[in-house]
Parts: sequence; C-alpha cells; structure tokens
Amino acid sequence: MPVKAIKPYEFAPQDALEHFHGKQLLYVGWDEHLMFCSPHTLPLAPEMPFAALVGEVLPAVYGYHPDFARIDWNTVEWLKSGQPWRPEMDKSLAGNGLRHKDVLRLRTPGLNGLQGSCN
Amino acid sequence: MDMKATAKKLGLKERYACMTRGLDWETSYQPMDKVYPFDKFEGIRIHDWDKWEDPFRLTMDAYWKYQGEKEKKLYAVIDAFAQNNGHLNVTDARYLNAVKLFIQAVSPLEYMAHRGFAHVGRQFRGAGARVACQMQAVDELRHAQTQIHTISNYNKYYNGMHSWRDWYENVWYLSVPKSFFDDAITAGPFEYIVAVSFAFEYVLTNLLFVPFMSGAAYNGDMSTVTFGFSAQSDESRHMTLGLEAIKFLLEQDAANVPIVQGWLDKWFWRGYRLLTLVGMMMDYMLPKRVMSWKEAWEIYAEQNGGALFKDLARYGIRLPMGWEQACKEKDHISHQAWGTFYNYTGAAAFHTWIPGQDEMAWLSEKYPDSFDKLYRPRLEHWDAQEKAGNRFYNRTLPMLCTTCTIPMLFTEPDDPTKICYRHSEYKGNQYHFCSDGCKHIFDNEPEKYVQALLPPHQIFKGRNFKPGVDPGAPGFDPLAAVLDFYGVEVGRDNFDFKGSEDQKNFAQWSGKGADPGQSR
Amino acid sequence: MSTVFIAFQANEDTRPIVNAILRDNPGAVLEEAPALVKINAEGRLTVRRETVEEELGRPFNLQEMHVNLITITGNIEEDDDQFTLTWAH
Repeated sequence: MPVKAIKPYEFAPQDALEHFHGKQLLYVGWDEHLMFCSPHTLPLAPEMPFAALVGEVLPAVYGYHPDFARIDWNTVEWLKSGQPWRPEMDKSLAGNGLRHKDVLRLRTPGLNGLQGSCN
Repeated sequence: MDMKATAKKLGLKERYACMTRGLDWETSYQPMDKVYPFDKFEGIRIHDWDKWEDPFRLTMDAYWKYQGEKEKKLYAVIDAFAQNNGHLNVTDARYLNAVKLFIQAVSPLEYMAHRGFAHVGRQFRGAGARVACQMQAVDELRHAQTQIHTISNYNKYYNGMHSWRDWYENVWYLSVPKSFFDDAITAGPFEYIVAVSFAFEYVLTNLLFVPFMSGAAYNGDMSTVTFGFSAQSDESRHMTLGLEAIKFLLEQDAANVPIVQGWLDKWFWRGYRLLTLVGMMMDYMLPKRVMSWKEAWEIYAEQNGGALFKDLARYGIRLPMGWEQACKEKDHISHQAWGTFYNYTGAAAFHTWIPGQDEMAWLSEKYPDSFDKLYRPRLEHWDAQEKAGNRFYNRTLPMLCTTCTIPMLFTEPDDPTKICYRHSEYKGNQYHFCSDGCKHIFDNEPEKYVQALLPPHQIFKGRNFKPGVDPGAPGFDPLAAVLDFYGVEVGRDNFDFKGSEDQKNFAQWSGKGADPGQSR
Repeated sequence: MSTVFIAFQANEDTRPIVNAILRDNPGAVLEEAPALVKINAEGRLTVRRETVEEELGRPFNLQEMHVNLITITGNIEEDDDQFTLTWAH
C-alpha cells in the first residue's frame, strides 16, 4: 500500500551513506543494561578495526556502568540484526561485513545490571 | 404607525442550517474538481455533504460571543498572575520544567493545528465541514497565542523558555511532536482530520489536558490551569468534530471503512507514542500528583476509548492496532521516558532530577508491578552517584525509531527487560523501529518515511553546526557546537536541577528553600 | 453499558449547572479534582435548560456551557431545551 499522492511521489532517503563524510553508522546496544536508556548511534570509519571499537570506542560509551570493567570479552555474545554473530577482532568493520546502519547488540552472561535488575 | 409583528426567534437547528447551508454553489467557470483538488485522491467517497451535521450547532455569532468571554476570563487571570508574582506560588521550582516542556512541545503543535485546519477548511467541498474547520483554525491560533502570553510571564524569571520556536525546529526530542504534525499535515485532508480531530483529539487529548491541568492547579500554577482549561473548552468542540467526521465518513460509503480503519491504526499509534512525554510529566514532573499515567490511561483510554470503539463497531470499525500493547506498556513508559531525559538532560532545554523518597514511595504504590523491581534500582544508583559527585550524563547520541523519532527506549511488550528492536529493508537501506506499530506504518508508506529527519543523523551529517564551524578543527567539541546551534545556553537551560539557576533563584525569591518538595 | 461524562471548571458559574445535572440524572456520580468537577453517568446524561434556570434564577442559554466546559464524551444531541450525551451501542 504505497503513499497516496496527487503526483508521482519519490524522494531520496535522508540518511544514505554518502551524507556521512566517509563514515558509516553503527548502532550498538548492551542487553540487560537499561540504565543506558536506548542503543547508541556511532559514526565510524569502515576501515576501523573491530578491536578498536571494543578497546577505544565502547569504554567511552559504557564505561560509567560498574559492570563494564568486569566484562570478559572472550565470553561476550554478539547479535547482528537480532541473530547470533561472531566478530573477527583484527578485521575492520567493513571486513566483518558490517553495513551502514547495522545494529550490534552485546550480551554479557553473568553481568545483568545493577543487582541483576537489568539496569 | 405600522405595527410590525416580530418574527419568532429561530431555534438552534434552524439557525445552524441558515449559517451552514446554501452558502456554497456549484461552480460554472471552473470545474468543481479544480476548485477542490484535494478531496478525492485519498479514495474517500462522499455522496451528500449535507448529511454533515455539527452536534453543537455553534453558529459564527455565538462562536465570537463565547470565545470573547473565554478570552476576557483568561486575561484577567494572567494580569492578576503577573501583578502578584504568581510564579512564586508554585509548589517548587522543579514544577517549572513541566511548563518548559509545554511551551517547547505543545504550543508549537497548536500553531501547526491552526495551519492544518485552515488548509482543510479550504479543501472540503461541504460548507458545514468548512465552517467547523474554520472555527477550529481560529481556536488553535488562540491556543498558541494564549499559551505564549501566559508562559511569557515565567520566561521573565526562568530558563528553558526563551527560544522554543527555534528549538522546535531542531532539538532532538522535539522532533517527536514536530514529526507527528508534519506527517499529518502532509497527508490528504480526510486523513488529516481523522489523525488530528479523531485519533489525537478524541481518543487521546483528555490524557493531556484533564489530569495534567488539574495537576497544574494542584501545584499552584493558576495561569497554566486557566489557559489549559480555556483551550480544553474548545477541545470539547474539536473532539465532537472528530467523532462527527468519523461517523460521517463511515455512513457515506462502505468503501470508506477500510481506509478510515487504516488511518485509525496509524494515527492512534503515532499519537500514543507522542503522549509518552505526557506520562512522564504526570508521574515525575508534578511535585504534587493528582493521578498516575497508568490511572489516567485506564480512565481515559481503556474505559472511555473502549466505549467509543464499542459505539463504532456497528460500522465495522475495531479497536486500533497496537491498543493491546499500549495497555501493557502503561506500567512502563513514564519511567522509561524519565530515564531517557535523565540520560540526556545535558542536551535538553529543561532540567531533570532524582525523585525524593516520598515520591518514590508514591511511584511504588501506583506501579506495584514494575517500579521497585525495574526502575527504582537505576534511580537509586544514579542518586548515590550524583551525591558522590559523579552525576550520570549519557554522552553518546541515541539510536532513534525512524517513524516516531523517539530514542529506542521502549521494551518488548511482554519483556520489560529487553529493548524492542524491529527493522525493515527498503531499496537497499535498513530502517529501524521501536515497535511493531512504527514498523507497520513505515512498511505501508516507505516513500514518505525514508525522508524522516532524525536529529542524531542530522548532527553526524554536519547539518547542526552554525555556519563557519569546522568540525575538523583541533579540539572540536561536537556537543558544544550542536547546543550552540540549537540556541541552548549551556549551564543555564540544561543539566540537573540540583545547582541550577532556577533552583537558586526560586529558593531566594520565594523563601521556600532549595528543596521544598523533596525529602532526599 | 458505557460511561458518559462531562467536566467543567470548578467555579461559581458552573455550580448551578452541576446541581441541575445531579437533579435531573439520579444515577450520575460527581467526581471532584483540583480545579475541575466531572460528572459520570451510565449510558446517558442530560442537561435541561429549565432546571439550570431554576438553579440559576435567570434565563440560561445552553451554549453558555461552552465558556466553562472542559471535556465531554459520548454522542451529542442538542436543541434549545436540552443537551444530551449518550453511548447507545
């Protein structure tokens, strides 16, 4: 059921990749840590190594939470578009097959928020 | 001397007929379809515009008379308020943040509603509908003006109210009300009237104006309650117009029923998402509380909306899609929204705070199934951190729903511990949504919603910096540059209530102390 | 049966109207909140001009209600003598 309109109706999307000055958008959410009210929007270089996302970007995003320092990154489970997914740390975001506006969720088994309240 | 017999005064129905019938004519120099180019493309079929009947039968002369009376009453209160430093009579300065949100998010919608009704009042072929829309256009302009006048008395003394018109155009959380009206006004005239008069005004606005305005009175804000109720008295007429419009469309042709149902599904969900802000205002921003969001939802949506849709069932109309989910979410959305603004109050033009112990006790009592388990732990943690000098500010931009443009703060309908993620693919791009309702709206009209302006994206596109700003310069601070572009005065309009200029000034001027409403 | 309601600003102009409604609608329930009064009734509620005039002691035009009305729900049927709200279905 497309838009009903009096004239042909087609417009360019507002958030196409070319608008972001060489970066692509990656959305990241940390399951069971709702103290961060929503997932985040990160503009990242496609050639950035995945290890840099984990080591340099995420601490600034999630470091405030007492659980963050306790994460064992070998046991973290990742979801891409809701499906289980495994990153290769030494490859870039693009090399890991991450597209513009992909959603990554991380799960940290055993660490489920303040007093286990998912906050 | 001739004795003239005085004609018998016309009754209400005859007067209304005289004022709304026979005012129009079939055009001859130009085809009617060229004079009224917008009232057929949506697929709505109208056979007899004379069947349109305004239940109030308010005629233009009576309209001016009563509106004039309302205005005199309102301005008497506004004058008294200004002369007597009425702003110092509110319970405590935290309350003022609800007024800020009102001028930022609600008053601009009144103005957009004015534009919308002026437009559709020109586009309907039936004179009765045109008269009703014309009156409503004038009403909505009055609402915008009276709200601006009333709140200007607060703006003399407090932050967060000075640049509401600019903020409405750009600031991240104001894309939510703005997109609702922009998306409605860019639809056809029948969809607009179903969206605004029915889905929004009839089904939902009682939730904003009745409990919230009663709450304003309870918190000593006589001027806001006066404009609120003055606006709401017009709203009664608007709601009636919404119900009349729906019944008229459904009675004119059976082919209209599925079209109207589709619009109800869509605009109920959009309107409900927009009201998230109101739930938060009621539960967190009124120091003295009248009723909780959940109680208001049960009275005005579940009971009253239920009665309404039972009444419309005879036409083949069912409850809007998403109704059941909205009823499940009543335990959660106000807490989730307050948590969101607590996260991002560094980038907002009002203050947030942690509720006092007595307020948390009220929230526990009103939300026995959710507050202590899910929401109290985060508030208490933030409170302890703030007292230790480590107030939480989320410094990374949120991910937004493409349709409602609210940060993805809503949880799964049956699992309040998990954020709800939905997505669609369209022409090689991905789009993300907070709910099945918002995904459904996108999937029906992707051509429209790919144009959604999402404020975090605008920032990363470099569209939210003042001219001449170089994001590549050494030491560039993007957040500071964005707030400068927004016109938010850092350290005055934003951040925690504790330590704010408003808090200090109100305490000094009113003699009530810095924490009149809190026992923390 | 569904509930209809009407709400007014709580002031001296509306007291006679509220009294008239309570007289004419025996099952109606008055609910008071800060600055407003709301009257709920099952299925049907009528405001009669004559009763309001008795309470008020002067002629009354039903459309004067607009000045102090806050909200209503139900289908409206109005003429010069009465104003009725119903959920018939």
